[in-house]
Amino acid sequence: MTTQGDWRGIATEDVDDVSSQAGIFLRARSRRLLGELISPHRRQVRWLLLVIIVQNLAWLAGPWLVGLGIDNALPALMDDASVGPLIWIGSAMLVAAGLDAILRYAFLRRTGQIGQEMLLTLRRKVFSHVQRLPLAFHEHYTSGRVISRLTSDVDALNELLDEGLDGLLTALFSIMTIGIVLIVLDPPLGLVTMLAFPLLILLGRWFQTNSARAYRRTRETVAMVIVQFVESLGGIRAVQAFRREPRDTEIFRTLNEDNRKAQDRAFWLMSIFVPGVQLIGNLVTVGVLMYGAIRVMDGDMKLGVLAAFLLYVRRFFDPMSDVAMFYNSYQSAVAALEKLSGVLEEESSVPPARNPQPMRQAHGDVRFEGVEFGYAERTDASRERTLAGVNSDPIVLPDLDLHIPPGQTVALVGATGAGKSTLARLAGRFYDPRAGIVSLDGVDLRRLSDEDLRRAVVMVTQESFLFSGSVADNIGFGRPEASRSEIEHAARVIGADEFIQKLPEGYDTDVRKRGGRLSAGQRQLVSFARAFLADPAVLILDEATSSLDIPSERLVQRALRTILADRTAIIIAHRLSTVEIADRVLVMESGRLIEDGSPYDLLAGSGRFADLHTAWRDSLA
Amino acid sequence: MANDLGVSTTPAATPRLGSLKRLWPYIRPYRGLVLLTLFGALGATLVQIAIPLITQDVIDGPIADRDKSGLIPLGLLALAFGVAEALLFFLRRWAMTKSSLAMERDLRDHIYGHLLGLPVAFHDRWSSGQLLSRATSDVSSIRRFVGFSAIFLVVNIVSCIVIMVLLIGIYWPLGIFIAVSAIPLVVTGMRFERRYNLVSRQVQDQQGEIATDVEESVLGIRIIKALGRRGLVFGRFDSRAVQLQRLELGKVKLLAFIWAIFELQPQLVLAGVLVGGAFAVAGGAMTIGTLVSFIALFTVMVWPILSIGWLLASTLEAGTAADRIFELLDAQPTIVDTPGVRERRIGAGRLRLEAVGFGYPDAATPVLHDVDLEIAPGETIALVGATGSGKTTLTALIPRLYDVTAGRITIDGVDIRDLPVSQLRSQVATAFEDATLFSMSARENLTLGRPDATDDEVAEAIEVAQASFVHDLPWGLDTRLGEQGMSLSGGQRQRLALARAVLGRPTVLVLDDPLSALDVHTESLVEEALSRVLVRTTALVVAHRPSTVLLADRVALLEGGTITHIGRHSDLLATVPAYRSILSAESDGDGASQGRPRGDREPSSGGRQMQVEGVRR
Ligand SMILES: Nc1ncnc2c1ncn2[C@@H]1O[C@H](COP(=O)(O)OP(=O)(O)OP(=O)(O)O)[C@@H](O)[C@H]1O
Ligand SMILES: Nc1ncnc2c1ncn2[C@@H]1O[C@H](COP(=O)(O)OP(=O)(O)OP(=O)(O)O)[C@@H](O)[C@H]1O
Ligand SMILES: [Mg+2]
Ligand SMILES: [Mg+2]
Repeated sequence: MTTQGDWRGIATEDVDDVSSQAGIFLRARSRRLLGELISPHRRQVRWLLLVIIVQNLAWLAGPWLVGLGIDNALPALMDDASVGPLIWIGSAMLVAAGLDAILRYAFLRRTGQIGQEMLLTLRRKVFSHVQRLPLAFHEHYTSGRVISRLTSDVDALNELLDEGLDGLLTALFSIMTIGIVLIVLDPPLGLVTMLAFPLLILLGRWFQTNSARAYRRTRETVAMVIVQFVESLGGIRAVQAFRREPRDTEIFRTLNEDNRKAQDRAFWLMSIFVPGVQLIGNLVTVGVLMYGAIRVMDGDMKLGVLAAFLLYVRRFFDPMSDVAMFYNSYQSAVAALEKLSGVLEEESSVPPARNPQPMRQAHGDVRFEGVEFGYAERTDASRERTLAGVNSDPIVLPDLDLHIPPGQTVALVGATGAGKSTLARLAGRFYDPRAGIVSLDGVDLRRLSDEDLRRAVVMVTQESFLFSGSVADNIGFGRPEASRSEIEHAARVIGADEFIQKLPEGYDTDVRKRGGRLSAGQRQLVSFARAFLADPAVLILDEATSSLDIPSERLVQRALRTILADRTAIIIAHRLSTVEIADRVLVMESGRLIEDGSPYDLLAGSGRFADLHTAWRDSLA
Repeated sequence: MANDLGVSTTPAATPRLGSLKRLWPYIRPYRGLVLLTLFGALGATLVQIAIPLITQDVIDGPIADRDKSGLIPLGLLALAFGVAEALLFFLRRWAMTKSSLAMERDLRDHIYGHLLGLPVAFHDRWSSGQLLSRATSDVSSIRRFVGFSAIFLVVNIVSCIVIMVLLIGIYWPLGIFIAVSAIPLVVTGMRFERRYNLVSRQVQDQQGEIATDVEESVLGIRIIKALGRRGLVFGRFDSRAVQLQRLELGKVKLLAFIWAIFELQPQLVLAGVLVGGAFAVAGGAMTIGTLVSFIALFTVMVWPILSIGWLLASTLEAGTAADRIFELLDAQPTIVDTPGVRERRIGAGRLRLEAVGFGYPDAATPVLHDVDLEIAPGETIALVGATGSGKTTLTALIPRLYDVTAGRITIDGVDIRDLPVSQLRSQVATAFEDATLFSMSARENLTLGRPDATDDEVAEAIEVAQASFVHDLPWGLDTRLGEQGMSLSGGQRQRLALARAVLGRPTVLVLDDPLSALDVHTESLVEEALSRVLVRTTALVVAHRPSTVLLADRVALLEGGTITHIGRHSDLLATVPAYRSILSAESDGDGASQGRPRGDREPSSGGRQMQVEGVRR
């Protein structure tokens, strides 16, 4: 029986709430990222600062000119009917307004541009980093979380840039200038005003510590919502066929409610913080009013000064709310950047070669030497769990030695879960072994550049994933520079041409997401053609024909005979018909190679392969 | 006339924003809170106006009279107003938080529930990124609209109108001048609306595309790595991201323009008021004091006018977001209970396909036509056909993932469309050709639609599918699987999917090529266990391999979109050449290699097959 909470199951990477120590580290990290994003635009930002100052002056000139008009131009008009000063001031106001509008426009466009450039950089950075991370990362991170990083987290930064920057600059500018004016106008009253700062800082501190946690939580919960959304809709057939809708709805409701609660918490903090700032401002204003009134009564201060002071105090505290709002967006963006920088600093467990050894043309000599491998990363925690009796660190390949000379076609057979695909993935360096070496032409795979390696070793994986886009695009994925006729040739060789021609738009038919427009066998043929087009020195076929009907499989096999003639190939298959084209057969059991020999020899013997083969023949009925 | 400004900026008048009106049902439950938000916002605005008045009183009263004791009540009053303003502010934020977040949650829940109910054919067409961006960022834009923009649009327009009325009351010619000067704003606002709507729609769509791209690039990561196509995939993503940036910049341009206009207008008007007012004063129509207070009042109006530009943009954005959301919500679930259906008793489960035809919505020719098939209770039929012949399509019709386009399917004589969908699907269980696993615990994956399955049932299903490997996972059944079950081997995934299908003994079992990823030994173990289950159920098994066909009592050959032959495997093998060519291991008459070691691996069928069958039955 499952209860509501434990549907996700257990995995190693679950982490609890971050400690305050880690919190500081995370914030530093995300600020670093923000700095990195801004630094290319530093000069422009300086210019913009100037623009915003001038624009603010133009904006402030309006009221000043009005005062001037009333004090000077109006008497002039009334006393000696001279319109001159009035026209003067009127036009000055027009000019100021025009300048203000133009500068504002320029400022908004520039900041918008900078912001968008930052976002683009960030998107590029995160996307390409995620692409570089190894499968081990993707297995637990899930696409939903990557999506949430690249959409909702980036959006949080976007919001900051959108509403924040210009408001902040304007606000800070007016706080600064007015602050100076206040101090100059009347130092004692000015000091009373400045009393607000310790209070503001205290409030800000409180808000910072609490909101950091709250916003972190919103980022996490929204990611969970996205994961659930994406995954359940991705598997909609299973969801509907198994009537999972009520349960999924319930799960989604819970996650969505979690997200609401997290946001509620963050918004609650904000609804204390922002009015709090306002309250401090108001209290100080009242203080100034009272103290000022007393001073005026005592004759220490002129009434006009108090009046002006009070007007300015208002203007001093009004932008404080803007700063508070900005600070709030900033907190939210920092939490998002924490997540993003987390992804960016995720180190690849399959790191690229430092000084790659160039390999133009591989011969295809594959060698495994003393290779040990398990999927779980070995950590202290996993060791502890192993001691506690939880087998969280199973070794898939205990100790593997294998040499495949160039040009050889090897069939790899064995029970499901024996580790065949694992071996193939090591040969394609999807993972690095824990111990031992996998090498190509005598060069450790870890010393090859990704490009050289991928050109030399290509794998048709057990899952034939297609991208949305045309059939031709999908085949061309194997070699993007291939011409249309090469693509069609590849399809023809594999025997996919026939069905492709029958599709409504032939090679240009959109296969839709995950290739849903095609049948399973058709998808497999396309992915086969894709690998064939890539033309590698080492071709690994992992169950590449399992969903094909027998005639198509035969066709593929016939093609393989010619394709594989001058290549190294590892063919993994449960249907032993593949073995026909192999020069050598390896039998794997629980991660060990227990038989190795030419098919003739093995068949003649009485080992596992001979057994398997008999069983298979029997099954062929 | 005075409310020209008001009308102009109330965008509800324009057709585009009609979909915002449709949001009402979601807002309705929280209308009290929304009103409270509005009250808080209006109240705070009023108090804001009041505070300077108190200042005025202090200056005119106690200070003028040098009366320190008179200061105290006024000071307390000012304090009270200051606190009240902050409280109202807090009230507004609090009420806004409660209402808008709850509305956001409801709307998102609703979208999700609706999407789950839409037929597979809908999901075939829509990319998940588009669905996602609607359920996340669009819903959030609406939240911002409900919690903020809508409120302030009202507040600002109300303040503008009130101030305008006051201004007209003070000196009507200048007041009218101010009202008329709003006309250019109205015009630009309207022109802006059209263009802004367009780009904001494009931006939102493009965000969906990006989400789709990201999802694909992660789900297809194995392929991308296997072929070393990081560059290509990045290029695709990049061109979309650059396109998004371009669109966003277009939006920035429009926004900057509208901001500038809304900022320019009040200042120009101010200049006009000053000049006009000066003449009026000079002409004796107005005193200086009146002019000063007129201008002071007008400056209070500047900020509301200015922010209307921004609020308008946000409203428009919410409008397009609502459009996009209602595009989804307007899609009708087509596979639903017909009105008045009741649960019926399903007996042993005799499945009949009568002249069934099916074509995918966008395909010219139907995939299936005139399919007749009857499966007796307890019988197992193997469905055999070439790649792409429509086997999977046929299996999807039985649990009504798609509805037949011709003919009908019955269970125990009842058209499946006359059964409640949930009852039908509780009777029919399917193992899909791809395992379709989720990143949840292995148990949850197994009990997918039956959270109430008992441990015994789970154990039995695991036993039938030979999936005991789940117990060896680090946390056994509680281990979380990787997305799409990627932390399992191919054969393990398939067995888990099989276990899921047989769990809880469905009446009708549909297995789509269920053994393709298994090795021969495991396959025969599964077959043996499975055959015990199959005698109890009505089963349709898609088969590519003779070994799988052996699970069945009879075989149906799907050819050219219809079933051409039904019979026993051995009979069909003997009499139907098409069948032989699809299923016989013997290559098409390529007998030359027979007898050689290589050829020997292609066994001749005949006797051995009969023999195996004899053993099995
Ligand atoms: N990504 C992974 N993370 C953790 N464990 C894994 C992962 N992939 C495979 N395993 C485990 O490693 C073992 C070997 O899996 P592998 O995929 O190599 O088997 P296989 O021989 O290819 O089997 P099949 O024939 O079913 O495809 C299995 O027990 C499997 O559960
Ligand atoms: N969603 C779809 N929309 C349009 N056409 C589709 C869709 N799914 C499949 N088709 C087409 O319908 C035909 C039948 O597909 P189906 O998946 O039923 O084949 P199949 O018999 O299961 O093949 P396989 O043995 O390869 O699994 C194919 O030609 C395929 O291209
Ligand atoms: Mg495998
Ligand atoms: Mg199929």
